[in-house]
Amino acid sequence: MSLNIEDNEVDIVIAALRSDLTAFMEKWRPFFSRFHLIIIKDPDMEEDLQIPPGFDHQVFTKSDMAQILGATSINFSGHSCRYFGYLVSRKKYIVSIDDDCLPARDNTGTLVDAVAQHIVNLKTPATPFFFNTLYDPFCKGADFVRGFPFSLRNGVECVLSCGLWLNIADYDAPTQVVKPNDRNVRYVDAVMTVPVRAMMPVSGINIGFNRELLGPALLPGLRLAGEGKQRWETMEDIWCGLCTKVVCDHLGLGVKSGLPYVWRGDGVDAQGAMESLKREWEGVKLMEEVVPFFQSVRLPRTAVTAEDCVIEMAAMVKEQLGPLNPVFASAADAMVEWVKLWKAVGSQGA
Amino acid sequence: MAEGYGSIPSTPLLKDELDIVIPTIRNLDFLEMWRPFFQPYHLIIVQDGDPSKTIKVPEGFDYELYNRNDINRILGPKASCISFKDSACRCFGYMISKKKYIFTIDDDCFVWVGDLGEAGIFAGFADLLLDVGIYLVAKDPSGKQINALEQHIKNLLAPSTPFFFNTLYDPFREGADFVRGYPFSLREGVTTAVSHGLWLNIPDYDAPTQLVKPHERNTRYVDAVLTVPKGTLFPMCGMNLAFNRELIGPAMYFGLMGDGQPIGRYDDMWAGWCTKVICDHLGLGVKTGLPYIWHSKASNPFVNLKKEYNGIFWQEELIPFFQSAVLSKDCTTVQKCYIELSKQVREKLGKIDPYFNKLADAMVTWIEAWDELNHSGAAAEKPNGPAK
Repeated sequence: MSLNIEDNEVDIVIAALRSDLTAFMEKWRPFFSRFHLIIIKDPDMEEDLQIPPGFDHQVFTKSDMAQILGATSINFSGHSCRYFGYLVSRKKYIVSIDDDCLPARDNTGTLVDAVAQHIVNLKTPATPFFFNTLYDPFCKGADFVRGFPFSLRNGVECVLSCGLWLNIADYDAPTQVVKPNDRNVRYVDAVMTVPVRAMMPVSGINIGFNRELLGPALLPGLRLAGEGKQRWETMEDIWCGLCTKVVCDHLGLGVKSGLPYVWRGDGVDAQGAMESLKREWEGVKLMEEVVPFFQSVRLPRTAVTAEDCVIEMAAMVKEQLGPLNPVFASAADAMVEWVKLWKAVGSQGA
Repeated sequence: MAEGYGSIPSTPLLKDELDIVIPTIRNLDFLEMWRPFFQPYHLIIVQDGDPSKTIKVPEGFDYELYNRNDINRILGPKASCISFKDSACRCFGYMISKKKYIFTIDDDCFVWVGDLGEAGIFAGFADLLLDVGIYLVAKDPSGKQINALEQHIKNLLAPSTPFFFNTLYDPFREGADFVRGYPFSLREGVTTAVSHGLWLNIPDYDAPTQLVKPHERNTRYVDAVLTVPKGTLFPMCGMNLAFNRELIGPAMYFGLMGDGQPIGRYDDMWAGWCTKVICDHLGLGVKTGLPYIWHSKASNPFVNLKKEYNGIFWQEELIPFFQSAVLSKDCTTVQKCYIELSKQVREKLGKIDPYFNKLADAMVTWIEAWDELNHSGAAAEKPNGPAK
């Protein structure tokens, strides 16, 4: 099956945490140039952005954000600024890649079009109810294996595509400290559906999603007290991913993981990782508290849209996790606020 | 004898703790290709079909061979649970083994040679080489030898992680780890009970898919091992499979298939669904992915369709059954889990077809036979074929 990707279906959202985007955008030009780009400048950043010419793009700065959002309790600084991009987009699909990542090469040495791969993942069905041992049955050269029930072969709509990273993998601070020289060199040539009820850590470094169906659930909820600009100092995407997976499982929508890879540059500063660790074990500790919650959360039948689901979850988070740590109470508030913003600023469709 | 021989793997792992179980009905020539990897191990050969036929085992292998007469002699009336004229009979080998681990492989599965650029040529090439007595040693793209058995052992000896999906797949593999956001309390993992390998060249498709896509070949080498999450079912193929017999053996009953039965080619599927439900209940892990073997022969899709026909319809009911199966807290051993499952099979699946009542009976017979043969006091049974 050949999949047509229309130019006007996709927005590429870039959270600019560094001011000079020239190298980043030049390297991605072959894959970005046909699409519209939404670039969000980290509100904490003073310097002006440097963007090479020839891209159809919009830049949103701190003042733009203030003007559009008005007063809001959600903090959009650092990595969370990309969620503003999700809010103002009007396209069906969004692809978002961290600004320290470049196109990767596959096992044949060819540069990977990460945007196209995300869109292919989103445009082909997911199969969350049964595990196909040959992975994605919809990719060329593969199919459902013997023993896969026929009634489940139509699959469901895939609304989230989680890509991976070669070179510097997305490890937490303790792992970075212990293995500062480790590089991920293994290119695993597969996309697979993450089964229903399986929890997973969604990394925001390289994702694509269906904004129309999932937008309200891709939210900036959890903000660590010591949240920083390094990925290992954040949990916003992890929290978001856990909530999103619950929503997808409840609504019968699919999540895929695997290809595409991006090449994640910048060596790991082991000293920096150690400093983060000393400052804040927080993110690591918090995960322990949330696992039982996400394992057992069940949404009511009446929740039929992503917004409904998020509101229900927010209430549960407030009630069950709020007492454990104020960070969770804030997350619950942020989830409710996000849905409000989504209704006011975000749109239901293009 | 052999030409183009690479170096034999150094210390074989677990050679006194692992049996290789091979069902066969024709010949075991394929063992020559596997010799560098299998020779250190003990083989249990289960001969299906006509017991008066002599199966020639290549020289130099340490093996025991059981034909139908042996199975009948050893199990008596309980032999009714072992299938006839179907590779499902292999599970007799699991039962008779005294080892901790089992590796089972089909007799049309070859060692994989690394370069997939010549995949199409290789299919016929490998058969030709076998005919003229040249045996290839597998290499992966980096030049290291592919030893499927070694990979299975690695899989079984490293923990599984069924409670949380690691996006970088097996975190215990060299060059990988748990990703950011993976809870530390879950990083110890659980013991791995099953290692499910895959196949290049002829993929394990059902008959309808084979009929629609007779020329499709699996040429994609996916360099990953991953844990199948708790609560998720998968289709377990018996072509390239290893498991911890001490932990999960009694669940690996391959059902009633073949001669006199209304279904075939669902033996491994049945065992896989029972095994996964029990592993999930007991907190054991199941892995899938590497190693790959080279599946050389495509079976006849029309023959397959006849065998699978009922299965294709029945699996629509079986899957919801297994997905919702709950085992009670007192099921603390595999045998107890299995007996409980057999009761549920009778209760809930009996109405689909009387076959499932027979199967439920056979499941009980299997456990009785297993316990009899594997009771610590029981004398070792004598096989038909020579031990050496």
